[in-house]
Amino acid sequence: MSFKSISELLNGLTQKEFSSVELTRDYLKRIQQYNAELNCFITIAEDQAVEAAETADKRRETGAAGLLEGIPVAHKDLFCTEGTLTSCASNMLSNFIPPYESTVTRRFLEAGAVCLGKTNMDEFAMGSSNENSHFGPVRNPWDSTRVPGGSSGGSAAAVAAGLCAAATGTDTGGSIRQPAAFCGITGLKPTYGRISRLGMIAFASSLDQAGPMARSAEDCALLLQVMAGHDPMDSTSAQQAVDQYSHNLGSELKGLTIGLPKEYYNEGLDPTIGQALQEAIKTYESLGATIKEVSLPHTSLSVPAYYVIAPAEASANLARFDGVRYGKRCDSPADLDDLYMRTRAEGFGAEVQRRILIGTYVLSAGYFDAYYRQAQKIRRLIKNDFVEAFGQVDLLLCPTTPDCAFPLGSKSADPVQMYLEDIFTIPTSLAGLPALALPCGQANGLPIGLQLIGNYFQEARLLNAGHQYQQRTDWHLQHPTLG
Amino acid sequence: MTIKSEEVEKIAFLARLRVAEDNRGKLTEDLSQILDFVDQMKAVDTRNVTPLSNPLEMHQILRPDTVTEENQRDRLQAVAPATELGLFLVPKVIE
Amino acid sequence: MAWEVVIGLEVHVQLATRSKIFSGASTAFGASPNTQACAVDLAMPGMLPVFNEEALRMAVKFGLAIGAEISERSVFDRKNYFYPDLPKGYQISQLDHPTVKAGSIDIHLADGTGKTIGVTRAHLEEDAGKSLHEDFHGMTGIDLNRAGTPLLEIVSEPDLRSAKEAVAYLKKLHSIVTYLGISDGDMSQGSMRCDCNVSLRPKGQAEFGTRTEIKNVNSFKFVEKAINTEIERQTDILEDDGKITQETRLYDADKDETRSMRSKEFANDYRYFPDPDLLPVVIDQAYIEAVKSTLPELPEAKLKRFKEQYGLSDYDAEILSSSRQQADYFEAAASAAGDAKLAANWVMGDLAKNLNQQNLEISESPVPAEHLGLLISRIKDKTISGKIAKDVFTAMWNGEGSPDNIIESKGLKQVTDSGAIEAIVDQVLADNPKQVEQYRAADEAKRGKMVGFFVGQTMKASKGKANPQQVNQILKQKLS
Repeated sequence: MSFKSISELLNGLTQKEFSSVELTRDYLKRIQQYNAELNCFITIAEDQAVEAAETADKRRETGAAGLLEGIPVAHKDLFCTEGTLTSCASNMLSNFIPPYESTVTRRFLEAGAVCLGKTNMDEFAMGSSNENSHFGPVRNPWDSTRVPGGSSGGSAAAVAAGLCAAATGTDTGGSIRQPAAFCGITGLKPTYGRISRLGMIAFASSLDQAGPMARSAEDCALLLQVMAGHDPMDSTSAQQAVDQYSHNLGSELKGLTIGLPKEYYNEGLDPTIGQALQEAIKTYESLGATIKEVSLPHTSLSVPAYYVIAPAEASANLARFDGVRYGKRCDSPADLDDLYMRTRAEGFGAEVQRRILIGTYVLSAGYFDAYYRQAQKIRRLIKNDFVEAFGQVDLLLCPTTPDCAFPLGSKSADPVQMYLEDIFTIPTSLAGLPALALPCGQANGLPIGLQLIGNYFQEARLLNAGHQYQQRTDWHLQHPTLG
Repeated sequence: MTIKSEEVEKIAFLARLRVAEDNRGKLTEDLSQILDFVDQMKAVDTRNVTPLSNPLEMHQILRPDTVTEENQRDRLQAVAPATELGLFLVPKVIE
Repeated sequence: MAWEVVIGLEVHVQLATRSKIFSGASTAFGASPNTQACAVDLAMPGMLPVFNEEALRMAVKFGLAIGAEISERSVFDRKNYFYPDLPKGYQISQLDHPTVKAGSIDIHLADGTGKTIGVTRAHLEEDAGKSLHEDFHGMTGIDLNRAGTPLLEIVSEPDLRSAKEAVAYLKKLHSIVTYLGISDGDMSQGSMRCDCNVSLRPKGQAEFGTRTEIKNVNSFKFVEKAINTEIERQTDILEDDGKITQETRLYDADKDETRSMRSKEFANDYRYFPDPDLLPVVIDQAYIEAVKSTLPELPEAKLKRFKEQYGLSDYDAEILSSSRQQADYFEAAASAAGDAKLAANWVMGDLAKNLNQQNLEISESPVPAEHLGLLISRIKDKTISGKIAKDVFTAMWNGEGSPDNIIESKGLKQVTDSGAIEAIVDQVLADNPKQVEQYRAADEAKRGKMVGFFVGQTMKASKGKANPQQVNQILKQKLS
């Protein structure tokens, strides 16, 4: 039951093979069993989950079932959930119980989903290994000596380990796609602005985007249907109409042109991953797609530009954590500056502090033009690369990550090495494009991730292409054996 | 070092982060390494490029001028570290 | 040495929107602490700003009123600094792309001269909260009700050359924003706050001297005093060959001095950058035209019209057009009176005196403009004398009703019936035989003065109601 797709679970609920309460209890049992090892959850909302499942069963009984009625999910711990701890995996917010609900989690509630708890992550979504959590690292269910990726590592590991049917994540530079690849699940980063950011604790506002993490493109389509749409409370949310994602999953790929950005297939790529990708390309050819090489010449500049823009925005976004209105406050501050400086030094972890300092530096007098403005110009060049490429092809196909899940601690001493983990996911984030990560192979028992990149608001096409691939392959059906 | 220890001290004050004495050296090193890495951007000629702030280049939506929020002080202050008579308390501010 | 004073003003005007610039919380003044600070205003995690359309419209109105270019694309930036009354750790403001670009404002001075003052820009931003320094066990209390109230910061060119000019500019600004209805302009509640940049330079020198900025001066009177005090301070330093330090100063009204605010200046670096939670505000010409069509007649235009249409002096026209309420009152009174000059005299005279005494705004006048106009018309049609009119006005002020009712009920109507006046005169002459004798014995030159006695007695006997011209005429006949 724990590794069934959402459509299978919905079917089971409709056919009364099992109730939402039974399903919820099953996941809760697995969480009890495996969370101590994997550390996927910061908060397990056992009582509320069972209560929500009871309500869902009743609603189904009365024929008032929502799109996700009774489906147990987990939310990344940066979506504010009214009455439930929302910590952002930070000491700073380790006591923060929001008096309001984020738009994303509210939409899940309205669709009838059951919230099992809040998942672990890199603090304030800053990290690519989930080692930057105040609540300890998450372990990869495929190999618990390895990282699950980050920052949505708890969500990815929970889905992969069958501790929930699906989960929410957020992606700023790859935080949905990279952990999805490392954990062998399917994750979608939608177009910037497709999903409301209201109630989602901000890392970098012009990049942050929520998205679904699940077992298949088909499940992601259903989840996106629930999550997507304009929110008048978020100025950056798009007013574009929402497509019927699930209904669009049957389209043939004949006539589709898929581009291979040559800069992504370089010597830095792990050969096993390269091999798996060649297989995937063949599968797409056999599905009727035409393959074409394209160039995204500014790719190598994306990580440097990102590590100026994202920290700059973060340095301002995280200024509100000052120990005055919510969150942690240091003990007996001597004066105002002492209150600020100690609260923030004690509340934020090392990586968050590094990024705040970098962000402060690149915006400060004398450096603004050389760093911040230059990075924004490079952001334009990177976007233009994609605009150019999408003039020739419908989708881009490339790796999600340069390697597979790495051992815990192996990169945490070297920030730049860690940053380069996101070389294949950051360009799309800067351009604001949608991208889907899905499993396409394994190397030494570790999942390999394929990445499909679509043009703006073409999530439907992206999900269909992912779904067509998953009809032909079974990588997405593999799951780890838990110890 | 791309960034000096004194500069780290200055930006740490701007960002209101206390840096422990024994950590300043390592931090300066880390930040220098990151700045060296991002410095490769500088080689690109961007004279005729317009900066991009928002990927979609949409326009601001406008909200009607209506009062939609009621007094929620008690709920909102329930998570505050220190309040009195409805005020948030901070160490004495000297003007 | 002869010094030239150079002044530029930065005026923060609170816009009179119902809700805040980026949230749906109320902007009403005087609520209990933090009851009008919603999750957005408190910068709760995950909260986002959405721009208030009325704040935009008001800024555009102001821009059009001062003949400024309106930006078709304006951008909000974050101004970063830590302060407890600034919940996000940054203020949302506009740096490089303000909604209102350069414009100008005409001022008129008491000596009859006028001047055009350049306005560099006017940008939208959010107000901060308030720190309350009463002692809470050695702590400061923070009230964020004001946080997020829309402000229009209006920056002038350094075109002002004296404290008087600065006050005239500020008053004109006040009348423009209140005419437009975009602010209540209430300086006592902080609806209009002024920072004054002051510097001196040797007369004839093109280059500016080092300036100081006097923060948050909150009345016309204090602006004048603070600037003059600062001019004196700077003059003293420069005369002693000293140097002015560029700094922020605070005006202390009790001591009538400015003093340095060293604390905040240390290492300030605001790190402005475009706010990624907000997008560029884009408006088109049609929008601007639509706003333009809603502009009322503005003070400067009204002043000109008052001079032309009513033949008022510069001075009278300036005073009567200084506020929309005053101007509307005057015009209503003038129309009911059928005499603009008399109406102007009454509005600036007895009415203004009474309003001042009781500290009332003209909109709160117990005497409606129509009644004042009617009263004036009763003087003109000789129903009452100018002297009686003062009594009627007092009765009106005390709420005794319309002038006609008061004249009627108190029997104040002027007596113009010659028979009735003759009877009173006869009585007065009969009662004062000695004076009549003296009068008749006197020569023509002395008689002129002596007749005053009889007029006075007659008026007294008629309780002031006899028509003075007729009394004069009849007395002359009877005494001759």
